[in-house]
Amino acid sequence: MSSYTQKKGFGATIWDYITTVDHKKLAVMYLLAGTLFFAIAGFEALLMRIQLMKPNNDFVSAGFFNELLTMHGTTMLFLAATPLLFAFMNMLVPLQIGARDVAFPFLNSLGFWLFFLGAVFLHLSFFMGGAPDAGWTSYASLSLYSPGHGIDFYVLGLQISGAGTLISGLNFIVTIITMRAPGMTFMRMPLFTWTALVSSALILFAFPPLTIGLLMMLFDRMFGGNFFDHTMGGNTIIWEHLFWIFGHPEVYILVLPAFGLFSEIIPAFSRKRLFGYSSMVFATILIGFLGFMVWAHHMFTVGLGPTANAIFAVATMAIAVPTGMKVFNWILTIWGGSIKVTTPMLYALGFIPSFVAGGVTGVMQASAPLDYQLHDSYFIVAHFHYVIVGGIVTALFGSAHFYWPIFFNRMLNETLGKWTFWVFFIGFHLTFFVQHFLGLMGMPRRVFTYMEGQGWDQFNYISTIGALMMGVGVIMMVINCLMSIKGKPAGRDPWGDGRTLEWAIPQPIPFYNFRQTPLVRGLDPYWIEKQEGNKEGMTYAEPLGDIHMPNNSAIPFVISLGMFIAAFGALYNPDADKPWSIYVLIIGLAITFGAMIVRSVKDDHGFHLHKEEILEIEEQLYGKGGNK
Amino acid sequence: MSSHDTPVVAKSQAQYEYDRHHNAVHMRKQVINFAIMIFLTFIAFAVVAADFSKYLIFPFVLLLAGVQVVLQLYAFMHLEDKKTHFGGVIGFFMWMGILIAFTFFLAFLTIIWW
Repeated sequence: MSSYTQKKGFGATIWDYITTVDHKKLAVMYLLAGTLFFAIAGFEALLMRIQLMKPNNDFVSAGFFNELLTMHGTTMLFLAATPLLFAFMNMLVPLQIGARDVAFPFLNSLGFWLFFLGAVFLHLSFFMGGAPDAGWTSYASLSLYSPGHGIDFYVLGLQISGAGTLISGLNFIVTIITMRAPGMTFMRMPLFTWTALVSSALILFAFPPLTIGLLMMLFDRMFGGNFFDHTMGGNTIIWEHLFWIFGHPEVYILVLPAFGLFSEIIPAFSRKRLFGYSSMVFATILIGFLGFMVWAHHMFTVGLGPTANAIFAVATMAIAVPTGMKVFNWILTIWGGSIKVTTPMLYALGFIPSFVAGGVTGVMQASAPLDYQLHDSYFIVAHFHYVIVGGIVTALFGSAHFYWPIFFNRMLNETLGKWTFWVFFIGFHLTFFVQHFLGLMGMPRRVFTYMEGQGWDQFNYISTIGALMMGVGVIMMVINCLMSIKGKPAGRDPWGDGRTLEWAIPQPIPFYNFRQTPLVRGLDPYWIEKQEGNKEGMTYAEPLGDIHMPNNSAIPFVISLGMFIAAFGALYNPDADKPWSIYVLIIGLAITFGAMIVRSVKDDHGFHLHKEEILEIEEQLYGKGGNK
Repeated sequence: MSSHDTPVVAKSQAQYEYDRHHNAVHMRKQVINFAIMIFLTFIAFAVVAADFSKYLIFPFVLLLAGVQVVLQLYAFMHLEDKKTHFGGVIGFFMWMGILIAFTFFLAFLTIIWW
């Protein structure tokens, strides 16, 4: 028996996950970490909604409410939605393009550990003197004067996890451009891979402005810099521009892969190829490009002047065109299809009207004069939750159901899944639909309480009930996931309607993915093979031979751990009573650079998996008593 | 031998001569481009030294800078090289990045007031 097929002990399994460079294991790690932070941020939202349930409530203090709203927004966007989408990108992109792994498996692992330790660092702020409290936007005019270390946790934590995201984004770009199987031309790529590519390109262009902004903030707060201090000749507006130059594309970074996931689910359960494939690709690229040209619509009330406001208003409205193309393409894919309303399809059907509602309020805000009325009110809160929950969270839940068999070779329970959908979906609309009216009635966002007798009480109460329903929905989802552990192996293509390569691969997926690189003969390659009665599911582009695989490595974890330690040193360095902090900073950076030097000096050529070993592994996986 | 091994083949005389010629042409191109770069820099300095109106100097020097950036990318950073894998994709990414960065630059100059 070779070492690949042996059962591992508990310690060895942990070590395997810490050192792994396998995109499938990293995808599972992203899924677990993302779910953890999603639960934390969701819990923060529940606390806020309980506080706002009735007027003059004192469930939490004003200061703690600020921390809750800041951490809810920051965590949901950077540490929950991003890693959960990265989980799907990591799992699916190499499989969809017929690759053995991503282009740089080492960097994939580094990206995960930087993200995870940065996120842990940010969350430790709750136990170490208070979390950041200036909103997820952390506008400089507020954050520079925030006492304590909360904002420093924000700056350093996001800097580290942002570096991880940037690394992963670059990795996906290179993977998708260079690692496609023979025949997989750009215009044959599944739409999820396309959206992953465009979204990664957005990461590449959008994260550097955030890095610069955070660095300037770091200088202002820790070294007495004056980039954002107007009394010293700085300008606080610069932070707002840098933040939104990043922040607006960030929204598209998240929503484009969500579009991609639905573009996989909808054709599968309409049993029809995606309507208007090339226009979908074009719309994705156009949304990505226009996403960079609209950031100032978050700043209409700053006083940019009518010309600038008009330009950004028109550019913003223009985004509705490619997005509309996508919506019509989805509807026309469903139209006339042989529809199966499974749980993923249910999420897709719920997504279309919810997301369109969020889009319509978005176009309303794009009109600058109206935005002067809506700005900083609950209308804005309702709008972006319709886009993010209605667009991204439904995509994540729906594709969790859809892709669970690819991740774990198990199916989630359909009946419980449908119940979860209805509880969550009704809760979602109950929470956020009434917030439109609260905003129009003048309730400002980011307030910890309100006086009674303004007509807001009823709607706030309804909103809180909805939020509790969403909480119940999430718990049902988690129970469903845990129940699947005891489920039966799902096997290949358990839905029976898989179209793309990830469904063609036998389950459980061996660590080298495809035994032989597949040959792609058109859009939806697995569908083509099934139509032609090919039991193998794939046409191969090469004979069975040795496979070159990368070695596992603990270095990414050590590099990230060094940054994590150094961040504490940097955090406490401005305090006069903590002279030890400089040594912590030096030790942390020494660990990071030491690990980087080891990586650079020591050659690691990976290893070859020989033909006999492949056959032995496949016999163990798919032979008698296999398919675990 | 597995399908992944790269065979090593000795160069033929014809191949050797072809490569030699190719390299010579390439080197000539590099030197010419380098000379153009020096010349453009010289003109930029000359315009300033000649003390023309600043309304001439500013746009002119910026124009020269733009030309030099393009030359730098294509001549010295191999964007023109047709043999580069995915050269078109790389070029597309670069120009997209330049365009986006230019938008930020323009916005920061025009709509941030002090």
